[in-house]
Parts: sequence; C-alpha cells; structure tokens
Amino acid sequence: MNRVGEQTFLYEHPPAIVSHASIVGPKEGRGPLASWFDTVLEDDILGQKSWELAEMEMVRRCAKNAMNQAQLSDEDVQAMLGGDLNNQIIASSFAARTLGIPFIGLYGACSTFVQALVMGAALISGGFLENALCVASSHFCTAERQFRFPLELGTQKPPQASRTATACGASLLAAQGNDNALRVTSGTVGRVIDLNITDANHMGAAMAPAVFDTVAAHLSDTGRRAEDYDLIATGDLGWIGRDLLLALADAAGIDLPPEKLIDCGASLYYQEQDTHAGGSGCGCVASVSCSWLMKRMEAGELNRLLLVGSGAMLSPTSSQQGQSVPGIAYAACIERSKV
Amino acid sequence: MSRQPLTPDEYHELVSKLTPPSRMLRGYWRAFWVGGLICCIGQALTLWAQQLNLGEVTAPMFTTSCLIFLGTTLTGIGVYDRIGKYAGAGSAIPVTGFANSVAAPAIEFQREGAVMGVGARLFTLAGPVLAYGIGASVIVGVVYWLVRGWVL
Amino acid sequence: MNTLWMFLKAFVVGGLICDIGQLLIMRTKLTNARILVLFVVSGVVLTAVGVYKPLADFAGAGATVPLTGFGYSLAMGAIEAVNRYGLIGAFVGGITRTAAGITAAVVFGLINALVFKPHAKP
Repeated sequence: MNRVGEQTFLYEHPPAIVSHASIVGPKEGRGPLASWFDTVLEDDILGQKSWELAEMEMVRRCAKNAMNQAQLSDEDVQAMLGGDLNNQIIASSFAARTLGIPFIGLYGACSTFVQALVMGAALISGGFLENALCVASSHFCTAERQFRFPLELGTQKPPQASRTATACGASLLAAQGNDNALRVTSGTVGRVIDLNITDANHMGAAMAPAVFDTVAAHLSDTGRRAEDYDLIATGDLGWIGRDLLLALADAAGIDLPPEKLIDCGASLYYQEQDTHAGGSGCGCVASVSCSWLMKRMEAGELNRLLLVGSGAMLSPTSSQQGQSVPGIAYAACIERSKV
Repeated sequence: MSRQPLTPDEYHELVSKLTPPSRMLRGYWRAFWVGGLICCIGQALTLWAQQLNLGEVTAPMFTTSCLIFLGTTLTGIGVYDRIGKYAGAGSAIPVTGFANSVAAPAIEFQREGAVMGVGARLFTLAGPVLAYGIGASVIVGVVYWLVRGWVL
Repeated sequence: MNTLWMFLKAFVVGGLICDIGQLLIMRTKLTNARILVLFVVSGVVLTAVGVYKPLADFAGAGATVPLTGFGYSLAMGAIEAVNRYGLIGAFVGGITRTAAGITAAVVFGLINALVFKPHAKP
C-alpha cells in the first residue's frame, strides 16, 4: 500500500538521500548557519550577465556538487525535478539545458523543494526512476525585480516582510543506499488554502494556514503525533508565521511543542541583518535542509524530521487585480534508520 | 471540509495581534529630517539661482533640474535606495524621489534592451504620476476657463 | 537672519509634508506608486482651490520640492496659460511649466542606464 489517509504517500521503497549540496549568497553567508553551507558565494552575480543567469549558474553548480559527491555523471542521473520563482521557472530549466538531464519542472512557489522531494521519492518508490535530483533555487535580485520593485528604488519594507534568500539546495535521491542513509519515508501533498490575506508582503500570514493544514493532514494520515518527530522544520514562515502556526495548532487542539518547531527562514539570518520577518524563497528551505538539517541527521542528532515547505501562490498579476494570497504546503518525512 | 480552526475573520484578528507594528515615532522622525533637508537643498539652489539672475519662472526650473540630477546620480551610484530604506517618504516624496523612480527601472531593466527595457520601464512609476498629474491640471484649466467666462 | 528663517520654514514645512507620506506608508496598505499619484493630484487640487499658493509663498522650497509642488506647478501653469491663450491653454500650461523637470528626469534617467550597472542590495 503506497498511500495512507487522505493526502499522504507512504513510500513502499523509501529512496535514500545519497548526497546533498547547498550554495548561498553573501548575505546568507553572514548568517548564523554560514558554516553549514557547502558554498558561500562572494557576490550575487557569479560573473554572469544578468541576475537570472546568475541564478541559473547557481543551480548548475549546486546540482553538479550533489552529483560529484555521489560520484554520478550527468548521464547517470535519470531525472531532475525542480523549480524556482522566475516566470516560467527559467533558472531551473536553463540549468537543466546545460546539464542535459531529463527535466521535470515544478512550481510550488517557496515550497518547490519539498514538492520535488515528495514527487521524486514517489517516482523512485514506484519504480519509474532509479535516481532523481531534487533542486530548488531563489535569488534576491531576480525575485525583487519580478515581484516588487527595481533594486535601486528607495523603499521601506514593513516588519512583516521577508527577504528572498539568494540560495540553492539540491538532494540526490536513489533507490539504493547504504543501511543508515537518510530516507524519504512519506510525503504529504497539501491543498491550496486561502484565509483571505491580501497583504502580499505578509507571506507568513498567507502560508501559516496551509502549513497547519498539511501538518494536520500528515499527522492524522500517518496516525502520528508531533512528539513522534525529533524536529518539525517549516520552510519560510518567518518569525511571525511561526507564531501564527503555533496559535492555529493550539486553537485546533493539536499538540505542537514549540521546542520541536523550527523555521528555516527564521534561522537563516540574524535579527540584526535587517531582514524583518526572516528569509523566504525556494532556496531558503532547500539550502537550509540540504545543509544544516541533513548534516545534523547524518551526525545522529536527529532521527526523524518532518520537513514542511510552504509557498504563497501569488503573481504580480493576481496581486494587482486585488486577489488574496493563497498558500500551499508539502510535507516530507525524512528518517535515518535501517529499512 | 476544512481543518482550519479559525474563520478568516478570527484569523485576521490573530494576524494583526501577532504582527509587530512599524516603529512609528522613528519613522516620522527620519522622514521629517531627511525630507526637510532635501527641501533645504532646494532652498539653497533657489538662492543660487537668484544670484545667477534667473527669473521667477526659470529659477524653479533650475532648482528642479538640479535636484533631479542629484536624485538620478545618487540612484546610479547605489546610494538612493539606502537613503530610501532609512527615510521612507522623506526621500520618496521630494522631487528627488521622482527622479529615483525614473532612474531605478531604467538601470534595472537595461538587460531587457534599450527600447522595451530602458525606454518602456523608465515610466513604470513616473507614468502614473504624469498621467494623473497632467490629467488633473487639464481639468483645473478647463474648470478655470468655464468659471472665468461665467463670472466675467 | 532672514535667510536662516527661510531655511527653517523650508525644513519644517517640507519635513511635515513628507511625514504625511510616511503616515500613509505606515498606516495604510497604499503602494508607493499610489502615494506618489495621490500627492501630485492633491497638489493640483490644493492649488486650484487657492490653498497651495500661499503655502508656497510662505515656505519656498519646503512646498515646491515635495511632489505636491509638482502638482502646484502643473495647476499654476494651466491657469496662467488659460489666461493667455484661452481654453487651449488648459492643454498647454501644465507641461510647459514642468517641462524642465520632466525632461531632466527622462534624460538623466537614460544617461544613468548608459553609465551605471544594477547592483544588489546589501
């Protein structure tokens, strides 16, 4: 049986995470997690002609790093699943053009990395692939000019705004793996939830109900409680969104111990770095989980992690037309144990 | 079927309770002194224009052009966005902010080409200002013409 | 003394006008573009009802440098041109009086795009 409850895949053959790589921009490289990342870039442009090409190059380098660690070449990898925040996910597809790996483009806004893990694990568990490269990226400069204002415009951000992280994370999943490898054991596909938040700056508020919905679905589908996990890591709710999630769980009578809940976006920067509510963007949850979280799991500090990526499904068009901001969340359970 | 424990209204209340407010006093003070300072630079330029014996009509044009040059140049060297982050409306409302809103997209979109990049994007923010400003001035002119004709 | 008083008036009035904008930024969800439009149109309207000219006479650059001052120039230009040319003046005056500012913004904006490169925010 590959499916439990209403929304959850329970992988019959849980794929192993055979390698993972992370790459972040200079600002993220001055944050509290700096020493955990594989690569910290010296500038945001990477010698490219545009921010979009720089993001593409970041994806390419990160994917290469993950493949090198697993000693696989471009030809060995059977599929690349990934996306980013650019229109028509050009950073990922242009990187896939260079790499020449069969490409499945995904869009789940900032939840894309976890979406890729859930989908990649399903394809491997189902026997369609032997391995899959899951990748997601975001770049502060590409996101600002697409969703907000030109970089040179002097504007102030409200306290609830977040900063799109310049970051990329890649994990290589494979059907085979050694005995104590990390494995993706289950995945929950979220529903698009909208509680009518219209402030496009307030991503945390837009996404918290979706994260709550997916976490509640995952726990009820698997018959587990929050205590069964060593850690629940949300993607980019930020400081305010994390508080909202705790309040929602409390109101629903779901026991979610605050000490078990961390948020990647809230962990990426120091408060003094003036990033307001924290980090966001596809690269945020991707880079933090592919470094800090997975390395801690491999060191034996954590055995069972629930990684919840969340995305705000807005576009400049929907915002300008006055639509509210719906959210979505995907959850992947990662375990370090013999299968 | 929804798992949400709160209705949208209850949730909005929770959101406003948990969202920290902007730091109001600090915001007003910064906008005040930076905005005031930019106006003083304008005043100094006006005095200079008088020394140059520019007339009543040309002196303000000289002042405005100098301020706009200042605004675009500070935008180009990457200073104006930092001033804007500090001062908010203090640097957005003066005419230097208008210059910033023209220069910023022009620089940002040069990679999209000279015509549809720089040329078109130049007016992303200034366009609405000009459209409604000029539109309003025409209405005022027409109404003034009607009232003048009617009164006399 | 007179000069100092002139600068003080410009500083205080200009600062207060900017604070009205700051209030809109912090208290409302209005976007920057809407606030700028609101200021220019307010300048036009306040001039038309005869409020802005006394303020500009009093505060000098404190009233003419903020975007409401751009609206003031547009409206004054339109009114003066109607006095000179009749109805067609309404279509001439606004842009004529603000031509230097608009042209400066366009030309310096274009030069900027030629000279400078985009850079990331720290």
